[in-house]
Amino acid sequence: MTTTAPEVRKTPPSAGEPARRRRGAVMGSTGLYIATGVAAFLFLIPFYLLVRNSLSTDPDITGENWKFFPTDIQWDNITEPFRDTTVDFGQSMVNSLIVGVLHTIGTLLVCSLAGYGLARIPYRHANKIFYAVLFTLMVPAAVTFVPSFVLVSSLGWVDSYRGLIIPGLFSGFTCFLFRQYFLGFPKELEEAARVDGLGYWGAYWRVVVPNSLNFFAAIATITFINGWNSFLWPLVIGQDPSAWTVQVALSSYMTNQTVNYHLIFMATAISILPLLFVFLFLQRWLVQGIAQTGIKG
Amino acid sequence: MSTTTTRDLARPAPAKASKAKPRRGLRGSSTFNFWLFTGPFLVGLVIFVYVPIGWSIWLSFFEARFTVTPDKFVGFENYRFMLDDNDFVGSLGTFTVFAAFIVPTTWALSLGLALLVNRLRFMRAFFRSVFFLPTACSYVAASLIWKMSIFNGVRFGLANTVIGWFGVDNIAWLANPDPPWYWLVILTARLWLQSGFFMILFLAALQNIPSELYEAAAIDGAKPGWQTFWYITLPQLRATSTAVVLLLLVAAYQAFDEFFNLLSKTTWGRPPLVELYYTALGQNQDYGAGSAGAVMLTLLIVIVTLFQGKLMGFGRGDESK
Repeated sequence: MTTTAPEVRKTPPSAGEPARRRRGAVMGSTGLYIATGVAAFLFLIPFYLLVRNSLSTDPDITGENWKFFPTDIQWDNITEPFRDTTVDFGQSMVNSLIVGVLHTIGTLLVCSLAGYGLARIPYRHANKIFYAVLFTLMVPAAVTFVPSFVLVSSLGWVDSYRGLIIPGLFSGFTCFLFRQYFLGFPKELEEAARVDGLGYWGAYWRVVVPNSLNFFAAIATITFINGWNSFLWPLVIGQDPSAWTVQVALSSYMTNQTVNYHLIFMATAISILPLLFVFLFLQRWLVQGIAQTGIKG
Repeated sequence: MSTTTTRDLARPAPAKASKAKPRRGLRGSSTFNFWLFTGPFLVGLVIFVYVPIGWSIWLSFFEARFTVTPDKFVGFENYRFMLDDNDFVGSLGTFTVFAAFIVPTTWALSLGLALLVNRLRFMRAFFRSVFFLPTACSYVAASLIWKMSIFNGVRFGLANTVIGWFGVDNIAWLANPDPPWYWLVILTARLWLQSGFFMILFLAALQNIPSELYEAAAIDGAKPGWQTFWYITLPQLRATSTAVVLLLLVAAYQAFDEFFNLLSKTTWGRPPLVELYYTALGQNQDYGAGSAGAVMLTLLIVIVTLFQGKLMGFGRGDESK
C-alpha cells in the first residue's frame, strides 16, 4: 500500500519464468494457464464423480462402458438417503449440525477468554500456565483417545451430545491462536475503555470482541469445518446409531453388506453441502484467517 | 463479579503488605480477572487433557481388559506386549513409510500450487478456490469417492477405466498388499485433501515477500526463474516451510480416517492410531495395552517434534528477522 513503485511487477517471478519477460510473456502465461488448468481439472475430478454418481442409477455407475454423463439424471436420488432405513441419515445430519454449532460456539467462548487472559491480564503465574497450555500442543489429541474414551464413558457420556461436544472444547491450539492474536490487538482501545470505568470483563465484551469479529469469524469457520469433518472421536463415542454423526454414518455405508452406489454418493454429496456453503460465503474470512492464524513460527 | 466493577475503588487501598511490586493494589483484581477469563478453559484442560494423559500412564501399568478400574499391577508388561506385537511395531513402520512420502509430496505440491496461483493475473481467485475446495471434504467422504469410484478394483473404477484404454489389466487397488498399490490410493487421497490448505499458507507467505528483494536481485543480474526462486523465494519461505513440515508430520502421525475407511477389512497398512483403536476398543477391549501403546506413540511424537524443531530452528530463526 505504501509502495511507490508501479504495481506491474507485483507478482514475483519464480520457477519456470522465461528469461525475457516481454517477448516470452504470452508464451509464459499460456504455459502457466495450461499447467494451472490441468491441475485444477485433476482437483475437480473427485467432485465431478461425486455429482455424477449421486445422480445416476446403479447400472449407469457400474456399467461395462464408462459413461461421462448419466443417461438419465435421477433427481429422485436426492431424497433417498433420508428414506433409507438401514442408516438413519437424517438423524446423523441433525446430530452433526447440533454438534458442529455447539462445538464452534463453545470453543470460541472458552478459548478466546483464555487467550485474552493469557495475553493481557497480568498474573504472577501466567507464564507457567501458558507453558502448561503449550505442552498440550505436543500431545496430539488423537493419541489420547483411549483414556479420553475411558474418562467419558465413566462419566456416562457415551452416546450423548455432551460426550461428543464437551471434551473437544479445550483446544490448546485455538487458545494459543487467540493469545497470539490478542497480543497484537491495539492496547490503546482497551485502555481508553478502562479509563472510562470498564473492568477487564466489560472492556473485553464491549471493546475487544466487537473489534475482533473478523478473527472470530475466521476461527469459527475453521473450527466448524474441523468439527463437521472429525471422525475418530465421534466413531469412538457414537456406539449407538442414534448418536452417529454424519461422518460415522457415511463410514458405515462402506462396510454395509449391500452396496447401493448412488445412495452412498448422494449421502456423501449431501454431507459436503453445509461446508460448501461455508466455503462460498465465508471464503474470504477463511483464507484470511488461515493466513493470519500466524503460522509464522 | 463485584471486584471487577470496583477496580477503581480497590486501587488506592494497598490492603495487603506484600513484597514491593509496582501496582500492588491491582493485584487482587487482576488475579481474580485472570482466573475469571482462563478458569473455565484451564479446568476443562485439566479434566479432558491432563487427566486422560495421567490416566493413560496409570492404566498402562495394569492389566485392564474390559475394565477401567483394574487392580492387577503388571509393571512394564503391557509395554513389552506392545513391543513384541508385530502389528503395533509394524504400524510404526507403516507410519514411517507414509510420512516419508506424504510430507515431502504435500510440501512440494502445495508450494507448487501457491507459486502457480500467485503468478496468475486473471482468475486467481477462481483457481485458488478450486485447489482449496477439497478442504471442505472430510477424509471419510474422500475415502468413499476414492474407494468406490476412482480406485474401485473392478472395471468401472475410473483408474481402471483409464489404464484400460492403454490395454492394461484391471488392478485390485486395495484388496492386495503385493504389489502395494494401496499406498497410491492413500497418498493421492491425502494429497488432494490437504494440499489446498497448505497452499493458502504458502500464498500468504509469498505475498509477504517484499518486491524490493526481487527488484534488487534483477539489478544484480539474477535470472528470473530458478535463480530467484532458489536464492530469494525459498529462503524467504523458510519460516513457513518449517511450520508446514511440522504440521504435516503431526498430521501424518494422527492418520486414521482414510486408513480406517479405505482398508477396513485388511490387516495391512495400519498406522499406529488404527492399531491402537483395534487394541483398545476392539474385541479384547485391552485398555492397558492400548494405553501403553498410546504413551509410547506420544513419546515418539514429542521426540520427533523436538528433534525436527531443533533441526529446522522452529520458533527461533524467524523472530530475529
